[in-house]
This record gives sequence, C-alpha cells and structure tokens, in this order.
Amino acid sequence: MSASSIFIILVSSILVNNFVLSRFLGICPFLGVSKQVETAFGMGMAVTFVMALASLMTYMVHHFILVPRELEYLQTIAFILVIASLVQLVEMIIQKSSPTLYQSLGVYLPLITTNCAVLGLTILNIQMELSMIEAVIHAIGAAVGFSLAIVLFAAIREKLEYYNVPEPFKGFPIALIIASFMSLAFLGFTGLV
Amino acid sequence: MNIEIEAIMYPVLVLGGMGFVFATGLAYASQKFHVEIDPKITQVRDVLPGANCGACGVPGCDGFARGVVAGELPVDGCPVGGSECAEAVAQVMGVESGGVTKMVAKVICNGDSTKCKENFIYEGIEDCTAAALVKGGSKSCAYGCLGLSTCVRACPFDAIEITENKIAKIIIEKCTGCKKCVTACPKNVINMVPYDKYVVVACNNKEPAKIVRAKCSVSCIGCKICVKACPVDAIGFDNNLATIDYEKCINCFICEKKCPTKAIEGEIDRMKETKSKKKVNHQLP
Repeated sequence: MSASSIFIILVSSILVNNFVLSRFLGICPFLGVSKQVETAFGMGMAVTFVMALASLMTYMVHHFILVPRELEYLQTIAFILVIASLVQLVEMIIQKSSPTLYQSLGVYLPLITTNCAVLGLTILNIQMELSMIEAVIHAIGAAVGFSLAIVLFAAIREKLEYYNVPEPFKGFPIALIIASFMSLAFLGFTGLV
Repeated sequence: MNIEIEAIMYPVLVLGGMGFVFATGLAYASQKFHVEIDPKITQVRDVLPGANCGACGVPGCDGFARGVVAGELPVDGCPVGGSECAEAVAQVMGVESGGVTKMVAKVICNGDSTKCKENFIYEGIEDCTAAALVKGGSKSCAYGCLGLSTCVRACPFDAIEITENKIAKIIIEKCTGCKKCVTACPKNVINMVPYDKYVVVACNNKEPAKIVRAKCSVSCIGCKICVKACPVDAIGFDNNLATIDYEKCINCFICEKKCPTKAIEGEIDRMKETKSKKKVNHQLP
C-alpha cells in the first residue's frame, strides 16, 4: 500500500466524505455536545478512540469469525456488540482519568454506542473492501473529520453567544442553520479526490 | 435436520462467545478503573426534593449533594426542602442543622385594576418584562405589579395565579421559596418572607404620600401609625415605606388593623389554619 493511497483515504474521509457534514452520520452528538469547544474536543477524542478500535475489532470479527462461518447477516448486531463494549471501556477510562470531561459529556458518552457514525464507519469499511490497515486509516480519517466538524461548529456556537440573534432563532434553530451552512461549505470539497 | 441446528447453533455460539469475551474484558476493566464514589453523596441526594430547580445556587440536586459532602455548601442550603430536608441532610452528614426558617414569596402590591389608576391602555405582548419597557408599564404607580403573568410562567411549582383584577398572587401552600419569580419580576415587587409570619407591607411605592395617594388607594402613605402601634418595635420606616423586621414580629396583627389604607396585609385565616394543624399534630401520640 503506497503513501498516496493513504493520503487519498485520509483526504476523502476528512473533507470530501466528511461523516457529519456530507454523510450526515453522527448528528446527535454533533448537535448535543457542541456548546463548548473543550467538550466538543473531548467528544471528538472519545469518538476517535472508539472508531479506531472498533474498525480494527470489527474487521477481525468480520473476516475471522463471520465470513468463515457464513454469518455475514449477523454483521449489524455483532458490530453493535463490539462498539457497545468499547464505549463502556471508554466510559470507564474517562470517568477515571477526567471526571470533568465525564460530567460535561454526560449522557452523550454512552450514546456513542448508538452513534451511527461509528456503526456506519465499520459497515462502510466492509462494503468498501478495505484491508485492515486501510480500515484503521479510514477510521482515523473519519474520526478526525468528525472532530473537525464538531470543534468548528462548537467554536461558531461559542461566538454566537455574543451576537444578537432574533428571539425565534435563539438556541437550537440558529444552530441548525449554521450546521446547514457548514454542510454547504464542505460540499465545496467534492471532486477533490 | 442437522443443518438447521447448525444454522442456529453457530450464530448463538458466535454471539454468545463474543459477548462472554467482552463481558470478561469489561469486568476486568471495571476493577482496574474503579472510581470511589462517596456513598454519602447518594444518601444526601436521596433525601433532597429532587426538583432540580437550582435555587440553592448550584445546578441540580446532584450538584448540591456533592457540594454538601465536600463541605462547600451548608446542610440547610436547600430552600425548597425546608427544615425537614435540612434535618435529613444533617443526619446523613452527622451534624446538627441550625433549624432553617422556611421562606416563601409574597407579592408586595395590592394595587389591582380596581384600586390603582392606569396611565394608558397597554395592548402589547402579554408579558410584564415587555410591558415594563413601555414607559414602565401602564400603571400610574411605577412600582406596582403589572399582572401580566411573567412570574406565573417562571414558577416551576404552579404557585402563582393572576387574580381577576390583574394582580399576581402567590399560593403560599404551594410556594417552595425557590426565588425564581423574584428574579423574573421586572418590577421587583416580589419579596421573600418567612413562612410563619402572617403580616406583610403590601406596597412597594417609594414616592411621598401626596403623589402616591393620587395613584392608588391601597398604598403606604407613610403615616407611621403602624410604627407607633407595634408593641415590639418591629416596624421601621424607610424610603416612604413601612418595613417589618420579621426577627421581632410576633404576628399580633395590630399593624394590620391600624393601617388606614390597608396597605398592611394580614393572613389571619392562614395563621388559624396552621395553628389548628399544629394542635392536631400535638395531640397525636
């Protein structure tokens, strides 16, 4: 595998096919944990960890357990099982290492379990027929893309606090409008790869 | 037949096996990353009212419980729970509670539409904050209650109602003393008063008697009759308004009876009710 193909996978997953803004996966934490840059970054890191490990594990589960037994139809439930256990692990680690981050992530941390960005990534890995290393690189790219989107979004929302938003648009409506603008902006990367 | 059994057995074994492996891994991890949580926090949390209203100054009852256990907040810091709750918290923490007086909110204005003159007719948004922006509201008295339900919407306990003559009234039995209405009111016409004191100066107008009398029939006119009449010197006089010192007040209702404009409001019915309730409680073994 050449360096150029790694680069292509990274660029395509971070910018062109950004998981949040182009594929519209993982919208729940994107909107829920994006009030502060700091927590958004923490969420991004947690998702990165889960995504990287999950794509490695699901790759192994798929190719060494499901395929030989012809159990591909168990893909979704088996992957969810892997992701759920990983999220549990991440939760324990975060609770131990950073109680403040644990507090601010709140309910969204266990909700990574059902974060469709993670499940979407693992299923895409299989669909795109990536090798193990490519899958991990794809996962890192996707996670960086997710973190990038959520941190940018959080930064805009932080700034927004200082502006005089019309009453009916305050809070969530304006956040949704901003998200749509960001999505439009990322549309500009189409055709890059 | 064999094939069918296999078709069921393998998925079960695969998923079961995976589940078992992950469970073992997680069990090991939970031992390794175990976080000690002070059992007192959960105990304190259990005796709190659980309204998560934030009246104590920290977000939510969980935050309060942590603060108390950490020693940063007083055991009687929950205004909603009152003395019962403070005692329960104190018991968990193993300290004496100083006994906390339950405070309730009271609207210190009786100038409803029949008693207080209007300067103009307000036809804007039905909200006191909005109405107060238009020349301080339509009432001739700049200090009075506008009666447009801002406090009703702020109250998480449904303890405020607007009377038919457009003035806010607190339902004392429902009030928990969370002070949300006090902050919400643009006219600052809601005060916190001890629950077991039944008289209140129901006027907020700080203008001299001559001016205020022309505007409202139930205002404090600064005659100081109550100051002289009070047997325990509990009434003071400040900014053209009588003020009651509740530390001294003995609920004698003399000021209420003497007040020529009925600006001092007394709840004699509520006092009788509370006292009779107490008597019943005492008779019970």
